[in-house]
Amino acid sequence: MSSVAKEWREIPGRYNLEGSKCPCCGKVYFPKRNMCPVCRRESIGKMEPYSISRKGEVYTFSIIHDAPDFTTKLKPYAVAMVKTTDGIMISAQLVDVDPADVRIGMPVRAVLRKIKTDGPDGVIHYGYKFVPDE
Amino acid sequence: MDVGIVSYGAYIPRYRIKPEEIGRVWGVDGKAMGKGLFINQKSVPSPDEDVVTIAAEAARNMMARVPDVDPKDIGAVYVGSESHPYAVKPTATIVAESICATPNMTAADMEFACKAGTAGIQVCMGLVGSGMVRYGVAIGADTSQGAPGDALEYSASAGGAAYLIGSENIIAKINKTLSFTTDTPDFWRREGMPYPKHGGRFTGEPAYFRHVTSAAKMMMEAMGTKPEDYKYAIFHQPNGKFPTRVAAQLGFTNEQIAQGLLTPEIGNTYSGAVPLGLASVLDVAEPGDRIFVTSYGSGAGSDAFDITVTDNIKDYRRENAPTVAQRMAKTVVIDYARYAMFKDKIVMPSSE
Repeated sequence: MSSVAKEWREIPGRYNLEGSKCPCCGKVYFPKRNMCPVCRRESIGKMEPYSISRKGEVYTFSIIHDAPDFTTKLKPYAVAMVKTTDGIMISAQLVDVDPADVRIGMPVRAVLRKIKTDGPDGVIHYGYKFVPDE
Repeated sequence: MDVGIVSYGAYIPRYRIKPEEIGRVWGVDGKAMGKGLFINQKSVPSPDEDVVTIAAEAARNMMARVPDVDPKDIGAVYVGSESHPYAVKPTATIVAESICATPNMTAADMEFACKAGTAGIQVCMGLVGSGMVRYGVAIGADTSQGAPGDALEYSASAGGAAYLIGSENIIAKINKTLSFTTDTPDFWRREGMPYPKHGGRFTGEPAYFRHVTSAAKMMMEAMGTKPEDYKYAIFHQPNGKFPTRVAAQLGFTNEQIAQGLLTPEIGNTYSGAVPLGLASVLDVAEPGDRIFVTSYGSGAGSDAFDITVTDNIKDYRRENAPTVAQRMAKTVVIDYARYAMFKDKIVMPSSE
Protein backbone atom coordinates (compact mmCIF):
# COMPACT_ATOMS: atom_id res chain seq x y z
CA MET A 1 0.00 0.00 0.00
CA SER A 2 1.50 3.30 -1.08
CA SER A 3 1.08 6.55 0.81
CA VAL A 4 -2.06 8.37 -0.32
CA ALA A 5 -0.53 11.71 0.72
CA LYS A 6 2.68 11.10 -1.24
CA GLU A 7 0.79 10.10 -4.37
CA TRP A 8 -1.52 13.12 -3.98
CA ARG A 9 1.45 15.49 -3.83
CA GLU A 10 2.66 14.12 -7.15
CA ILE A 11 -0.65 14.64 -9.01
CA PRO A 12 0.37 17.83 -10.93
CA GLY A 13 3.40 16.02 -12.34
CA ARG A 14 1.66 12.68 -12.90
CA TYR A 15 -1.42 14.08 -14.66
CA ASN A 16 -0.15 17.17 -16.42
CA LEU A 17 3.64 16.84 -16.58
CA GLU A 18 4.15 19.81 -14.28
CA GLY A 19 7.84 20.23 -13.57
CA SER A 20 9.76 23.11 -12.09
CA LYS A 21 11.98 25.81 -13.55
CA CYS A 22 14.88 27.55 -11.87
CA PRO A 23 14.36 31.32 -12.16
CA CYS A 24 18.14 31.87 -11.87
CA CYS A 25 19.54 29.63 -14.62
CA GLY A 26 16.32 28.69 -16.47
CA LYS A 27 16.87 24.93 -16.20
CA VAL A 28 13.70 22.81 -16.15
CA TYR A 29 13.36 19.74 -13.91
CA PHE A 30 10.97 16.81 -14.10
CA PRO A 31 9.85 15.53 -11.67
CA LYS A 32 9.80 18.94 -10.04
CA ARG A 33 12.47 19.94 -7.55
CA ASN A 34 12.29 22.42 -4.70
CA MET A 35 15.86 23.54 -5.32
CA CYS A 36 18.06 23.85 -8.41
CA PRO A 37 21.16 21.68 -7.89
CA VAL A 38 23.18 24.14 -9.98
CA CYS A 39 22.10 27.42 -8.39
CA ARG A 40 21.51 25.83 -4.97
CA ARG A 41 20.60 28.40 -2.24
CA GLU A 42 19.98 31.09 -4.85
CA SER A 43 16.96 29.06 -6.04
CA ILE A 44 15.45 28.05 -2.69
CA GLY A 45 11.85 29.21 -2.43
CA LYS A 46 11.92 30.61 -5.95
CA MET A 47 11.44 27.50 -8.14
CA GLU A 48 8.51 28.08 -10.52
CA PRO A 49 5.99 25.53 -11.81
CA TYR A 50 6.59 24.67 -15.46
CA SER A 51 4.18 22.81 -17.76
CA ILE A 52 6.15 20.41 -19.91
CA SER A 53 4.92 19.68 -23.44
CA ARG A 54 2.85 16.51 -23.71
CA LYS A 55 4.34 15.85 -27.14
CA GLY A 56 7.73 14.42 -27.94
CA GLU A 57 9.61 11.58 -29.57
CA VAL A 58 11.13 8.27 -28.51
CA TYR A 59 14.78 8.95 -27.63
CA THR A 60 15.50 5.33 -26.77
CA PHE A 61 13.51 2.35 -25.52
CA SER A 62 13.58 -1.14 -24.07
CA ILE A 63 11.07 -4.00 -24.40
CA ILE A 64 9.84 -5.38 -21.06
CA HIS A 65 9.03 -9.10 -20.98
CA ASP A 66 9.10 -9.63 -17.21
CA ALA A 67 6.64 -7.07 -15.89
CA PRO A 68 5.56 -5.95 -12.43
CA ASP A 69 2.11 -7.11 -11.30
CA PHE A 70 -0.02 -4.25 -12.51
CA THR A 71 1.41 -4.09 -16.02
CA THR A 72 1.56 -7.84 -16.54
CA LYS A 73 -1.61 -7.78 -18.67
CA LEU A 74 0.08 -5.47 -21.15
CA LYS A 75 3.34 -7.36 -21.65
CA PRO A 76 5.40 -7.37 -23.68
CA TYR A 77 5.53 -3.58 -23.79
CA ALA A 78 8.05 -0.84 -24.35
CA VAL A 79 9.42 1.57 -21.79
CA ALA A 80 10.93 4.61 -23.42
CA MET A 81 12.93 7.69 -22.68
CA VAL A 82 10.80 10.34 -24.34
CA LYS A 83 12.36 13.64 -25.33
CA THR A 84 9.56 16.21 -25.22
CA THR A 85 9.33 19.02 -27.76
CA ASP A 86 10.75 21.36 -25.12
CA GLY A 87 13.74 19.08 -24.65
CA ILE A 88 12.91 17.41 -21.33
CA MET A 89 13.65 13.69 -20.95
CA ILE A 90 10.88 11.59 -19.38
CA SER A 91 10.86 7.83 -18.79
CA ALA A 92 7.47 6.18 -19.29
CA GLN A 93 5.58 3.17 -20.55
CA LEU A 94 4.46 3.19 -24.19
CA VAL A 95 0.95 1.82 -24.76
CA ASP A 96 -1.44 1.32 -27.69
CA VAL A 97 1.48 0.26 -29.85
CA ASP A 98 2.90 -3.13 -30.84
CA PRO A 99 6.46 -3.34 -29.39
CA ALA A 100 7.67 -4.38 -32.87
CA ASP A 101 6.52 -1.01 -34.24
CA VAL A 102 8.39 1.13 -31.68
CA ARG A 103 11.34 3.01 -33.17
CA ILE A 104 13.71 5.75 -32.12
CA GLY A 105 12.38 9.12 -33.26
CA MET A 106 8.74 7.96 -33.23
CA PRO A 107 6.40 10.88 -32.40
CA VAL A 108 4.50 10.24 -29.16
CA ARG A 109 2.18 12.13 -26.85
CA ALA A 110 1.34 11.76 -23.18
CA VAL A 111 -2.04 10.35 -22.14
CA LEU A 112 -3.61 9.71 -18.74
CA ARG A 113 -3.80 6.02 -17.84
CA LYS A 114 -4.09 3.85 -14.76
CA ILE A 115 -0.61 3.27 -13.36
CA LYS A 116 -1.52 0.96 -10.48
CA THR A 117 -4.18 0.31 -7.88
CA ASP A 118 -3.76 -0.26 -4.14
CA GLY A 119 -5.64 -3.56 -4.25
CA PRO A 120 -9.39 -3.93 -4.91
CA ASP A 121 -10.39 -1.45 -2.18
CA GLY A 122 -7.52 1.04 -2.36
CA VAL A 123 -6.81 4.20 -4.29
CA ILE A 124 -6.42 4.06 -8.07
CA HIS A 125 -3.31 5.89 -9.20
CA TYR A 126 -3.44 7.66 -12.54
CA GLY A 127 -0.53 9.09 -14.43
CA TYR A 128 1.17 9.63 -17.77
CA LYS A 129 1.99 7.02 -20.34
CA PHE A 130 2.82 7.72 -23.97
CA VAL A 131 1.03 6.63 -27.15
CA PRO A 132 1.98 7.09 -30.82
CA ASP A 133 1.04 10.61 -31.93
CA GLU A 134 -0.72 9.99 -35.22
CA MET B 1 -28.61 34.52 -24.33
CA ASP B 2 -27.67 31.79 -26.81
CA VAL B 3 -26.26 28.70 -25.12
CA GLY B 4 -24.56 25.93 -27.00
CA ILE B 5 -21.51 23.85 -27.75
CA VAL B 6 -18.20 25.74 -27.67
CA SER B 7 -16.07 22.65 -28.23
CA TYR B 8 -16.17 18.85 -28.13
CA GLY B 9 -13.76 15.92 -28.01
CA ALA B 10 -14.12 12.17 -28.41
CA TYR B 11 -12.26 9.06 -27.39
CA ILE B 12 -12.70 5.37 -28.24
CA PRO B 13 -10.23 2.67 -27.09
CA ARG B 14 -8.38 0.85 -29.88
CA TYR B 15 -9.23 -2.79 -29.12
CA ARG B 16 -12.20 -4.60 -30.72
CA ILE B 17 -13.87 -7.98 -30.35
CA LYS B 18 -16.32 -9.48 -32.84
CA PRO B 19 -19.66 -11.17 -32.00
CA GLU B 20 -18.64 -14.41 -33.73
CA GLU B 21 -15.68 -14.69 -31.34
CA ILE B 22 -17.93 -14.18 -28.29
CA GLY B 23 -20.44 -16.69 -29.71
CA ARG B 24 -17.68 -19.23 -30.33
CA VAL B 25 -16.93 -19.36 -26.61
CA TRP B 26 -20.55 -19.67 -25.46
CA GLY B 27 -21.78 -22.07 -28.14
CA VAL B 28 -23.96 -19.45 -29.79
CA ASP B 29 -24.16 -18.42 -33.44
CA GLY B 30 -22.38 -15.12 -32.78
CA LYS B 31 -22.54 -14.05 -36.39
CA ALA B 32 -26.33 -14.35 -36.36
CA MET B 33 -26.39 -12.57 -32.99
CA GLY B 34 -24.31 -9.73 -34.43
CA LYS B 35 -26.54 -9.54 -37.49
CA GLY B 36 -29.68 -9.46 -35.33
CA LEU B 37 -28.27 -6.66 -33.18
CA PHE B 38 -26.62 -4.96 -36.20
CA ILE B 39 -23.24 -5.01 -34.44
CA ASN B 40 -20.11 -6.00 -36.38
CA GLN B 41 -17.66 -5.44 -33.51
CA LYS B 42 -17.40 -3.60 -30.20
CA SER B 43 -14.66 -1.59 -28.52
CA VAL B 44 -12.77 -2.98 -25.52
CA PRO B 45 -10.81 -0.84 -23.06
CA SER B 46 -7.14 -1.59 -22.44
CA PRO B 47 -6.38 -2.89 -18.89
CA ASP B 48 -5.04 0.57 -17.99
CA GLU B 49 -8.14 2.39 -19.22
CA ASP B 50 -11.33 3.19 -17.33
CA VAL B 51 -13.98 5.92 -17.32
CA VAL B 52 -11.52 8.40 -15.80
CA THR B 53 -8.92 7.93 -18.54
CA ILE B 54 -11.52 7.87 -21.34
CA ALA B 55 -13.21 11.01 -20.01
CA ALA B 56 -9.85 12.75 -19.51
CA GLU B 57 -8.74 12.00 -23.07
CA ALA B 58 -12.07 13.21 -24.49
CA ALA B 59 -11.83 16.38 -22.35
CA ARG B 60 -8.24 17.05 -23.43
CA ASN B 61 -9.28 16.66 -27.08
CA MET B 62 -12.10 19.11 -26.39
CA MET B 63 -9.70 21.67 -24.86
CA ALA B 64 -7.11 21.21 -27.65
CA ARG B 65 -9.67 22.55 -30.14
CA VAL B 66 -10.17 25.81 -28.22
CA PRO B 67 -6.63 26.95 -27.33
CA ASP B 68 -7.95 30.41 -26.43
CA VAL B 69 -10.25 29.12 -23.70
CA ASP B 70 -8.62 29.35 -20.26
CA PRO B 71 -9.47 26.17 -18.33
CA LYS B 72 -9.73 28.32 -15.21
CA ASP B 73 -12.93 29.80 -16.73
CA ILE B 74 -14.62 26.40 -16.47
CA GLY B 75 -17.06 26.59 -13.58
CA ALA B 76 -18.51 23.07 -13.63
CA VAL B 77 -17.45 19.56 -14.65
CA TYR B 78 -19.96 16.69 -14.79
CA VAL B 79 -19.11 13.14 -15.82
CA GLY B 80 -22.03 10.86 -16.62
CA SER B 81 -21.39 7.12 -16.49
CA GLU B 82 -22.69 3.85 -15.11
CA SER B 83 -19.14 2.53 -14.68
CA HIS B 84 -17.38 5.12 -12.52
CA PRO B 85 -14.20 3.49 -11.16
CA TYR B 86 -15.06 4.43 -7.58
CA ALA B 87 -18.39 3.89 -5.82
CA VAL B 88 -17.46 6.89 -3.65
CA LYS B 89 -14.89 9.39 -5.02
CA PRO B 90 -15.80 11.49 -8.02
CA THR B 91 -14.51 10.78 -11.50
CA ALA B 92 -15.17 14.45 -12.29
CA THR B 93 -12.48 15.81 -9.92
CA ILE B 94 -9.78 13.67 -11.55
CA VAL B 95 -10.89 14.69 -15.03
CA ALA B 96 -11.07 18.37 -14.01
CA GLU B 97 -7.53 18.14 -12.63
CA SER B 98 -6.34 16.61 -15.91
CA ILE B 99 -7.49 19.69 -17.85
CA CYS B 100 -6.24 22.14 -15.19
CA ALA B 101 -9.77 23.42 -14.44
CA THR B 102 -9.51 23.07 -10.65
CA PRO B 103 -10.02 24.44 -8.01
CA ASN B 104 -12.56 27.26 -8.48
CA MET B 105 -15.37 25.13 -9.89
CA THR B 106 -18.06 22.65 -8.95
CA ALA B 107 -18.01 19.01 -10.00
CA ALA B 108 -20.10 15.87 -9.68
CA ASP B 109 -20.63 12.46 -11.19
CA MET B 110 -23.92 11.61 -12.79
CA GLU B 111 -25.67 8.31 -13.36
CA PHE B 112 -28.73 7.61 -15.49
CA ALA B 113 -27.87 4.41 -17.38
CA CYS B 114 -27.09 5.49 -20.97
CA LYS B 115 -28.22 9.11 -20.77
CA ALA B 116 -26.08 10.51 -17.95
CA GLY B 117 -23.94 12.36 -20.50
CA THR B 118 -26.83 14.27 -22.06
CA ALA B 119 -28.22 14.98 -18.57
CA GLY B 120 -24.88 16.68 -17.87
CA ILE B 121 -25.26 18.82 -21.00
CA GLN B 122 -28.68 19.97 -19.74
CA VAL B 123 -27.28 20.89 -16.31
CA CYS B 124 -24.44 22.85 -17.92
CA MET B 125 -26.95 24.68 -20.16
CA GLY B 126 -28.80 25.79 -17.04
CA LEU B 127 -25.65 26.95 -15.27
CA VAL B 128 -24.40 28.87 -18.30
CA GLY B 129 -27.82 30.29 -19.17
CA SER B 130 -28.34 31.57 -15.64
CA GLY B 131 -24.92 33.19 -15.59
CA MET B 132 -23.66 31.01 -12.74
CA VAL B 133 -20.69 29.75 -14.78
CA ARG B 134 -18.92 30.91 -17.93
CA TYR B 135 -18.23 27.40 -19.22
CA GLY B 136 -19.47 23.99 -18.11
CA VAL B 137 -18.05 20.61 -19.14
CA ALA B 138 -20.38 17.64 -19.65
CA ILE B 139 -18.91 14.24 -20.39
CA GLY B 140 -20.58 10.92 -21.16
CA ALA B 141 -18.23 7.94 -20.85
CA ASP B 142 -18.50 4.26 -20.01
CA THR B 143 -16.66 0.97 -19.83
CA SER B 144 -19.92 -0.91 -19.71
CA GLN B 145 -20.37 -4.42 -18.39
CA GLY B 146 -22.32 -7.28 -19.86
CA ALA B 147 -22.49 -10.55 -17.91
CA PRO B 148 -20.47 -13.32 -19.60
CA GLY B 149 -22.70 -15.19 -22.03
CA ASP B 150 -25.54 -12.64 -21.74
CA ALA B 151 -26.89 -10.86 -24.82
CA LEU B 152 -25.38 -7.62 -23.47
CA GLU B 153 -21.89 -9.07 -23.80
CA TYR B 154 -22.19 -8.69 -27.58
CA SER B 155 -22.79 -4.95 -27.34
CA ALA B 156 -21.45 -3.45 -24.05
CA SER B 157 -18.36 -1.45 -25.02
CA ALA B 158 -16.25 1.56 -24.06
CA GLY B 159 -15.84 5.16 -25.18
CA GLY B 160 -16.84 8.71 -24.40
CA ALA B 161 -17.16 12.29 -25.54
CA ALA B 162 -16.81 15.66 -23.80
CA TYR B 163 -18.68 18.91 -24.43
CA LEU B 164 -17.72 22.44 -23.46
CA ILE B 165 -20.98 24.32 -22.98
CA GLY B 166 -20.97 28.09 -23.04
CA SER B 167 -22.44 31.21 -24.59
CA GLU B 168 -19.41 32.68 -26.37
CA ASN B 169 -18.11 31.53 -29.78
CA ILE B 170 -20.53 28.62 -29.87
CA ILE B 171 -20.05 26.29 -32.84
CA ALA B 172 -23.54 24.86 -32.37
CA LYS B 173 -26.50 26.57 -30.74
CA ILE B 174 -28.79 24.38 -28.65
CA ASN B 175 -32.19 25.80 -29.63
CA LYS B 176 -34.09 23.74 -27.09
CA THR B 177 -33.87 20.71 -24.85
CA LEU B 178 -36.61 18.73 -23.15
CA SER B 179 -37.00 15.35 -21.48
CA PHE B 180 -39.50 12.52 -21.08
CA THR B 181 -39.02 10.54 -17.85
CA THR B 182 -40.90 7.71 -16.09
CA ASP B 183 -40.20 4.95 -13.57
CA THR B 184 -39.64 1.99 -15.92
CA PRO B 185 -37.42 -0.85 -14.60
CA ASP B 186 -36.09 -2.18 -17.92
CA PHE B 187 -32.41 -2.40 -16.93
CA TRP B 188 -30.64 -2.02 -13.59
CA ARG B 189 -27.59 -2.91 -11.53
CA ARG B 190 -27.82 -3.17 -7.76
CA GLU B 191 -25.10 -1.74 -5.49
CA GLY B 192 -22.07 -4.07 -5.35
CA MET B 193 -23.21 -6.25 -8.24
CA PRO B 194 -20.67 -6.66 -11.05
CA TYR B 195 -23.17 -7.01 -13.89
CA PRO B 196 -26.46 -5.34 -14.77
CA LYS B 197 -29.72 -7.21 -15.31
CA HIS B 198 -32.38 -6.37 -17.86
CA GLY B 199 -35.95 -7.17 -18.71
CA GLY B 200 -35.18 -8.79 -22.07
CA ARG B 201 -37.86 -7.81 -24.58
CA PHE B 202 -39.30 -5.40 -21.99
CA THR B 203 -36.36 -3.09 -22.82
CA GLY B 204 -37.98 -2.46 -26.22
CA GLU B 205 -41.51 -1.11 -26.62
CA PRO B 206 -42.40 0.19 -23.11
CA ALA B 207 -38.87 1.41 -22.48
CA TYR B 208 -36.62 2.53 -25.36
CA PHE B 209 -39.27 3.10 -28.02
CA ARG B 210 -41.87 4.78 -25.78
CA HIS B 211 -39.40 7.25 -24.27
CA VAL B 212 -37.44 8.06 -27.42
CA THR B 213 -40.52 8.59 -29.59
CA SER B 214 -42.30 10.60 -26.87
CA ALA B 215 -39.36 12.97 -26.34
CA ALA B 216 -38.74 13.26 -30.08
CA LYS B 217 -42.38 14.04 -30.88
CA MET B 218 -42.59 16.56 -28.02
CA MET B 219 -39.52 18.31 -29.41
CA MET B 220 -40.80 18.52 -32.98
CA GLU B 221 -44.16 19.74 -31.70
CA ALA B 222 -42.50 22.39 -29.51
CA MET B 223 -40.25 23.57 -32.32
CA GLY B 224 -42.86 23.26 -35.07
CA THR B 225 -40.49 21.08 -37.09
CA LYS B 226 -40.67 17.90 -39.15
CA PRO B 227 -38.00 15.21 -39.64
CA GLU B 228 -37.04 16.65 -43.04
CA ASP B 229 -36.05 19.96 -41.37
CA TYR B 230 -32.97 18.26 -39.92
CA LYS B 231 -29.83 17.28 -41.80
CA TYR B 232 -28.69 14.82 -39.13
CA ALA B 233 -30.38 12.82 -36.39
CA ILE B 234 -28.76 10.93 -33.53
CA PHE B 235 -30.73 8.46 -31.41
CA HIS B 236 -29.47 6.41 -28.52
CA GLN B 237 -27.96 3.26 -29.93
CA PRO B 238 -27.87 0.25 -27.58
CA ASN B 239 -27.43 -1.75 -30.78
CA GLY B 240 -27.69 -0.87 -34.45
CA LYS B 241 -31.28 -2.12 -34.72
CA PHE B 242 -33.16 0.09 -32.24
CA PRO B 243 -32.05 3.51 -33.55
CA THR B 244 -32.65 2.44 -37.14
CA ARG B 245 -36.18 1.30 -36.26
CA VAL B 246 -37.06 4.32 -34.12
CA ALA B 247 -35.78 6.68 -36.83
CA ALA B 248 -38.08 5.00 -39.36
CA GLN B 249 -41.03 5.16 -36.93
CA LEU B 250 -40.51 8.90 -36.51
CA GLY B 251 -40.01 9.55 -40.22
CA PHE B 252 -36.24 10.05 -40.35
CA THR B 253 -34.26 8.46 -43.20
CA ASN B 254 -31.19 6.22 -43.04
CA GLU B 255 -29.16 9.06 -44.60
CA GLN B 256 -30.03 11.36 -41.69
CA ILE B 257 -28.86 8.86 -39.04
CA ALA B 258 -25.85 7.32 -40.85
CA GLN B 259 -23.17 9.80 -39.70
CA GLY B 260 -24.16 9.52 -36.04
CA LEU B 261 -24.74 5.76 -35.96
CA LEU B 262 -21.53 4.28 -34.54
CA THR B 263 -22.78 1.23 -32.63
CA PRO B 264 -22.34 -1.22 -35.55
CA GLU B 265 -18.56 -0.62 -35.42
CA ILE B 266 -17.89 0.24 -31.75
CA GLY B 267 -20.79 -1.31 -29.81
CA ASN B 268 -22.91 0.38 -27.16
CA THR B 269 -20.80 2.91 -25.30
CA TYR B 270 -23.74 3.61 -22.95
CA SER B 271 -23.35 7.17 -21.58
CA GLY B 272 -20.86 7.79 -24.39
CA ALA B 273 -23.21 6.65 -27.18
CA VAL B 274 -25.19 9.79 -28.06
CA PRO B 275 -22.30 12.16 -27.18
CA LEU B 276 -20.03 10.16 -29.54
CA GLY B 277 -22.70 10.08 -32.27
CA LEU B 278 -23.08 13.86 -31.99
CA ALA B 279 -19.29 14.26 -32.09
CA SER B 280 -19.18 12.25 -35.32
CA VAL B 281 -21.79 14.58 -36.81
CA LEU B 282 -19.98 17.73 -35.62
CA ASP B 283 -16.82 16.35 -37.27
CA VAL B 284 -18.43 16.96 -40.67
CA ALA B 285 -21.16 19.52 -39.95
CA GLU B 286 -21.32 22.85 -41.76
CA PRO B 287 -22.87 26.20 -40.82
CA GLY B 288 -26.66 26.08 -40.81
CA ASP B 289 -26.93 22.29 -40.43
CA ARG B 290 -29.75 21.39 -38.07
CA ILE B 291 -29.22 18.36 -35.81
CA PHE B 292 -31.85 16.34 -33.95
CA VAL B 293 -30.68 14.42 -30.88
CA THR B 294 -32.57 12.05 -28.58
CA SER B 295 -30.79 10.03 -25.92
CA TYR B 296 -32.22 7.23 -23.81
CA GLY B 297 -31.33 5.99 -20.37
CA SER B 298 -32.91 2.92 -18.84
CA GLY B 299 -34.89 3.42 -15.71
CA ALA B 300 -36.06 5.43 -17.81
CA GLY B 301 -35.85 8.69 -19.68
CA SER B 302 -34.99 10.48 -22.90
CA ASP B 303 -33.39 13.89 -23.43
CA ALA B 304 -34.06 15.58 -26.77
CA PHE B 305 -32.04 18.44 -28.26
CA ASP B 306 -32.61 20.68 -31.27
CA ILE B 307 -29.25 22.05 -32.45
CA THR B 308 -28.14 24.42 -35.21
CA VAL B 309 -24.50 24.61 -36.33
CA THR B 310 -23.22 28.21 -36.46
CA ASP B 311 -20.74 30.06 -38.69
CA ASN B 312 -18.14 29.80 -35.91
CA ILE B 313 -17.48 26.20 -36.93
CA LYS B 314 -15.55 27.53 -39.94
CA ASP B 315 -12.82 28.98 -37.68
CA TYR B 316 -13.06 26.17 -35.12
CA ARG B 317 -9.85 24.13 -34.78
CA ARG B 318 -11.33 20.69 -35.42
CA GLU B 319 -7.93 19.54 -36.71
CA ASN B 320 -6.35 19.96 -33.25
CA ALA B 321 -7.74 16.60 -32.12
CA PRO B 322 -8.61 13.31 -33.82
CA THR B 323 -12.05 12.93 -35.36
CA VAL B 324 -14.31 10.03 -34.42
CA ALA B 325 -13.59 8.44 -37.82
CA GLN B 326 -9.84 8.70 -37.16
CA ARG B 327 -10.30 7.08 -33.74
CA MET B 328 -12.28 4.27 -35.37
CA ALA B 329 -9.77 3.65 -38.16
CA LYS B 330 -6.86 2.20 -36.17
CA THR B 331 -8.04 -0.85 -34.30
CA VAL B 332 -6.69 -4.15 -33.03
CA VAL B 333 -9.07 -7.12 -32.95
CA ILE B 334 -8.55 -9.42 -29.94
CA ASP B 335 -9.78 -12.91 -29.10
CA TYR B 336 -12.02 -13.83 -26.15
CA ALA B 337 -9.12 -15.01 -23.99
CA ARG B 338 -7.43 -11.62 -24.18
CA TYR B 339 -10.78 -9.90 -23.77
CA ALA B 340 -11.43 -11.90 -20.60
CA MET B 341 -8.01 -10.90 -19.25
CA PHE B 342 -8.50 -7.23 -20.17
CA LYS B 343 -11.94 -7.11 -18.54
CA ASP B 344 -10.72 -8.69 -15.27
CA LYS B 345 -12.73 -11.87 -15.82
CA ILE B 346 -9.69 -14.01 -14.94
CA VAL B 347 -8.90 -14.38 -11.24
CA MET B 348 -5.33 -13.26 -10.67
CA PRO B 349 -3.08 -13.97 -7.67
CA SER B 350 -3.08 -11.18 -5.09
CA SER B 351 -0.18 -8.77 -5.33
CA GLU B 352 -0.66 -7.42 -1.81
